[in-house]
Amino acid sequence: MIALIALIKVIVLVLVILGTVAYLVLLERKVSAYMQDRIGPNRVGPKGLFQPFADILKLVLKEMIVPENANGFIHALAPVISITVALAALAVIPFGNYIVIGGQKISLMIAHVNIGVLYILAMSSLGVYGITLSGWASNNKYSLLGGLRSSAQMISYELSLGLSIIGVLMIDGTLQLDRIVQSQSAWLWNIVFQPIGFLVFVTAAFAETNRLPFDLPEAEPELVGGYHTEYSGMRWGLFFLSEYTNMIVSSALIVTLYFGGWSLPYVNYAAMMPNLAALLQVVTFLAKTGIVIFVFMWVRWTLPRFRYDQLMNVGWKIMLPLAILNLLGTGAVMLALK
Amino acid sequence: MGNNGNENRTKEMNLWEKLYFPEILHGMGITLRAFFRPKFTRQYPEERWVPPPVFRGRPVLVVEDETGVERCVACGLCARVCPSLAIQVQAAETELDKERYPELFEINMLRCIFCGFCEEVCPEEAIIMSKDYELNFSDPKDAIYGKNRLLTPASQLSDRLAFLKQYR
Repeated sequence: MIALIALIKVIVLVLVILGTVAYLVLLERKVSAYMQDRIGPNRVGPKGLFQPFADILKLVLKEMIVPENANGFIHALAPVISITVALAALAVIPFGNYIVIGGQKISLMIAHVNIGVLYILAMSSLGVYGITLSGWASNNKYSLLGGLRSSAQMISYELSLGLSIIGVLMIDGTLQLDRIVQSQSAWLWNIVFQPIGFLVFVTAAFAETNRLPFDLPEAEPELVGGYHTEYSGMRWGLFFLSEYTNMIVSSALIVTLYFGGWSLPYVNYAAMMPNLAALLQVVTFLAKTGIVIFVFMWVRWTLPRFRYDQLMNVGWKIMLPLAILNLLGTGAVMLALK
Repeated sequence: MGNNGNENRTKEMNLWEKLYFPEILHGMGITLRAFFRPKFTRQYPEERWVPPPVFRGRPVLVVEDETGVERCVACGLCARVCPSLAIQVQAAETELDKERYPELFEINMLRCIFCGFCEEVCPEEAIIMSKDYELNFSDPKDAIYGKNRLLTPASQLSDRLAFLKQYR
């Protein structure tokens, strides 16, 4: 029974996420268009709303070209790693508290892992394998450079990412994401206590998702297409899919860790019918995540790409010391208040 | 600008600018403002641009509305002046007052560069530039416009004729 429920949750979540990703692509195109005084896609269906279906159809029908000297197996495996890892990270995100069906409490997260934060960090670190392997297996200098940059970037930014999270973990005293949400009631969101940690985390999250201003692994003007230069058709589509899924995961994580997840100030969920409360929680969570995703896009269409040396400078000389200082500061304040 | 590229491009940043984040927010403010600016994209097939009379579109031959006869007297000046040799004229005699008319008049729109010299040189104001800019062909033969497609009643070209009267 438990396995069945989990299976249903997984299927629903994956379908919803894949659908959302398709529409995020449309949203991104619309956002970029509006920021550049354009209108964006508006031909397919009303207001361009069917554009994602056209895009997907095109991707599925296109030929998947494998370069002659590429390592065929790893070339095929790399996008699969990327998307699997990106989707797997969603398993511990709490979309709401719980719903009640037939007198049974069903939690609105797939896996109750008591090390949720560590699990997400692990998954996001694994994601780099997809990118690096794809760059390596393509047997193309641009792809290889892209993969190389990706791994260097991940190593530099994962440190500050992890260190900035520790501040939150110290305050809430748990690694379980739903507990972290529950401990941020009313306006006592973690961003209030951890403004510097928040900035470091968001910056590192941009780097982890390979989004501008940190999209050096892709870097169209320098590296043609970076790690996915040699990919086409649905294999390329999988990379695209995993980039947007990563964006969703990062946004959801930012919301969970710093913006109180599904909690809403001045609303007492306990006083409501459980299912109604769950609905409201999910809507709240999705709305908050949507706003963060919009910020991701907004930043992408505002900032230019970092140079490689600048990226390393920011990562090691600014972000890392800031994260450590934040950690020490948090510890000192907590000790003083004890 | 204009001083031979000797300008000093390095600018000392103050602390506020070095903090970087405030400047990011500043930049994001600019893009957000652009987000809400009115857009001026023209939805082409539905909304078509009507050019002003100065516009030099596809050259056409003017036909008088009353008589239904083209103004052209087949002097061949347009064919002579055309820098890309797009115009071909063959003259013939007629009983009318003007005595000559073009038996054959062809403009190859693949050659035409829309310079307007033909219009400028024409003594009869018989060949003028229209507002037609939607030129596409699936066959090079389609691009050669004969008399049947070039003749246009003067009433449809009143804009351009008035413009030429005023400025030429």
